[in-house]
Amino acid sequence: MKYMLLITQGEWMTNGNHADRDKAMAGIVEWWGQQFTSGKMVGGQQLQSPETATTVVLERGKYTLLDRPLMEAKEAIGGFGILDVADLEEALKIVETMPAPDCKVEVRPILERPS
Amino acid sequence: MSDPASARGYALLERIFREEAGRLTASLVRLLGDFDLADDLVSDALVEALEHWPRHGIPERPASWLLTTARRKGLDRLRRETVYRKKLELIDSLPAEPPREADDRLRLIFTCCHPVLAREAQLALTLRTVAGLTTEEIARPSMIPEETLTKRITRAKHKIVASGVPHGVPAAEDMVERLDEVLTVIYLVFNEGYIATHGDEAIRRDLARDAEWLSSLLVQLMPEQAEPLGLLALIRLHLARWPSRLDECGRLLLLQHQDRSRWDRAAIAQAVTLIERAAALGRPGRYQVEAMIAALHCEATSWQTTDWPQIFALYSLLAAIDPSPVVALNRAIARSHVDGPAAALGDVEILRRELDEYHLFHATRAELLREIGHVAEASVEDAVALGLTRNTAERALLEERIIPGPSREAPASAKTP
Repeated sequence: MKYMLLITQGEWMTNGNHADRDKAMAGIVEWWGQQFTSGKMVGGQQLQSPETATTVVLERGKYTLLDRPLMEAKEAIGGFGILDVADLEEALKIVETMPAPDCKVEVRPILERPS
Repeated sequence: MSDPASARGYALLERIFREEAGRLTASLVRLLGDFDLADDLVSDALVEALEHWPRHGIPERPASWLLTTARRKGLDRLRRETVYRKKLELIDSLPAEPPREADDRLRLIFTCCHPVLAREAQLALTLRTVAGLTTEEIARPSMIPEETLTKRITRAKHKIVASGVPHGVPAAEDMVERLDEVLTVIYLVFNEGYIATHGDEAIRRDLARDAEWLSSLLVQLMPEQAEPLGLLALIRLHLARWPSRLDECGRLLLLQHQDRSRWDRAAIAQAVTLIERAAALGRPGRYQVEAMIAALHCEATSWQTTDWPQIFALYSLLAAIDPSPVVALNRAIARSHVDGPAAALGDVEILRRELDEYHLFHATRAELLREIGHVAEASVEDAVALGLTRNTAERALLEERIIPGPSREAPASAKTP
């Protein structure tokens, strides 16, 4: 089954000193490398910082642009991944090993339609 | 070389700064693809010019001088800052002669006013990069802490670069909408100067002049568009009445109490020719209609002899273009002069749900109620209006009405005090 991982930025991305951040980032990059190599992670990207986001709101056939991300700052999405694993338990086990100092990850099964 | 120490020299210096800084920033943004770097280089060059020109005179070709300096400063900067290393080749390959592409500034205006940026970000960025104001100059009149404003501008520039906002003049099919966005920003700059929304300094001529300059730039860069002409005419008509807007004590005067002999007749006539030029292009729009309304007020010899039926018709046209409650309120005020205060009160009442928090809604109701003899109700409305306005000059006007002063027969116009 496929699972979408929606990963929040985590406070560590904006707080703390450069050296700590670089160290944490190096660990995370390595982790992603391993997941891609194992073949379980079939997609994923880090995103630019939330303040670069534009939100499009569609309403009654009209659209408005908002100069901000969809989520509140503390839950702003920092990246996403797609896991292709046997079941939710396997997905959660993998996510638990992500070496981020702090963040939230929403794990959500992808709806697969018969094509 | 001219002597920059004299007053005339100073004005010249200021004009060159503004003109050339804007052009140079626009060109560098295009050539370097980097807002921050362009901005930094132009600031550096201007600082150098400030030190140099007053002592040695303004160079023959200030634009080339500034570009050469910006280029040299850029290379200096590179040696110190590794962040800019990637830009080394770009700066090195900058032309020695400034490129004279009018399009650069036009592109910059459209980028600064791109709809993915929040309105306040568009405003700040336009004033900073197109009009060349310092963050301090932008922050002071709006009473925003300078630090907040700097952050706002930095963030906007970062977003433009990081999220891939296209740097350019919009395609024909998007032009009307995008141009409207730009004109809105310029008009907001003007209104900030014309009627401050808060603070003691009711009249901030500089901001109004900046808006005039921006709209005339747009007219010059887009001669085939009618709405920039409309906006420029509108702004100039307001400016023509500028000196009569306040009484001796610095209080705002309503249009009907202004001394019309102090209006700048030549400026009014000139603005009217702009409206005619716009009309000849056959592309009607809201700024042209607003300018026509302002022109009718300016051409009238008195408040009583104003062509109200024509103004009412124009407001009806404006309401069709822009069905906003504030336009509807102005239309109702015009109607009171055609069909009487009772009919107008009915039109105003319909807007209560949308305008209950708007001080001019209550001020208008107060005037109309007083006209039909409902004095007590009118006083209540005046008090509500007073509670809703932050502007000192407007507060003074409303206070005077609550404490009975000279009678004011006609209602205040929401747009043209």
